[in-house]
Amino acid sequence: MSDHHDHDHDHGMYGVDPLHHHPPQPDLEDTPLTHHQIMQMAVAELLIEKGIISAEELRQQIDLMDSITPVRGSQLVARAWTDPAFKDRLVADSKAAALELEMDIGPIPILIMENTPQVHNLIVCTLCSCYPRMLLGIPPEWYKSRSYRRRAVSEPRKVLSELGTPFANDVEIKVHDSTADMRYMVLPMRPDGTDGMSEENLAGLVTRDCMIGVAVPGTGGS
Amino acid sequence: MTARYTVGDDVRVRQAYPPGHCRTPYYCRGKSGVIVRYCGDFRNPEDLAYGTYDGPEVPMYRVQFNQTDMWPGYSGAPQDKVEVEIFEHWLVPASS
Repeated sequence: MSDHHDHDHDHGMYGVDPLHHHPPQPDLEDTPLTHHQIMQMAVAELLIEKGIISAEELRQQIDLMDSITPVRGSQLVARAWTDPAFKDRLVADSKAAALELEMDIGPIPILIMENTPQVHNLIVCTLCSCYPRMLLGIPPEWYKSRSYRRRAVSEPRKVLSELGTPFANDVEIKVHDSTADMRYMVLPMRPDGTDGMSEENLAGLVTRDCMIGVAVPGTGGS
Repeated sequence: MTARYTVGDDVRVRQAYPPGHCRTPYYCRGKSGVIVRYCGDFRNPEDLAYGTYDGPEVPMYRVQFNQTDMWPGYSGAPQDKVEVEIFEHWLVPASS
């Protein structure tokens, strides 16, 4: 094999290229703005110019949304695993139950869908990207993709298998399409072999994907 | 507005294709399911999308469908379900 590696991108973009440069990673400004990015900036500028919100409030809100992580959801799950009465309250009214942990999940109702040995729940928003942001933060890119939105609802078992979470046919797969004013979070089953683990360590087993329903928690062992 | 349906009612989603914004997925239109939850009354997204913020609140439900009824040749198990939030004006009794 020669010194030249054998991948197929075009090294001729600078004409003669004796130093064999790779294309530079584009800076943010090198990608053209989309129509909706321009519209969003225009609306934000108008809201600030007209004094409806301040630039600081806008920045604070973005900062707040970015600061919410799936840790919030995993804390609720771990508490539910260790306290059956709390689990019942969480499933009945997640907002009130979260307040017990001094967690404000905001005005949009989040319904907690409990996995059982018989039923596995999976969350999708086929129409856009509705997501339990107040418990899981910003949704991953794939959650917003057309292929996940289309396939999670029409062939959920194939999607789950591709993500390494196959289910036997005796388990019912229940898909929840967040089409309107509700949001959903999956309450996974507590893994076997976790007896005696602290609530904090249990929370560490509960990932974002487990609470969307595309994964199930492991035991944390190697 | 008083909710017309209660949990356990068999309903069908209207097979309608009106112009404009709505939150009723195409895949469930014309399909029959069962009410599994009354979610409360909410502003109609078909008003909100066009700037009418003071329109009436309408009852909204979660409707459960059998996946085998939703997709031709569904490859999963016969007991698989999908649950969708649907506003009352999109529903009719399944028997009608």
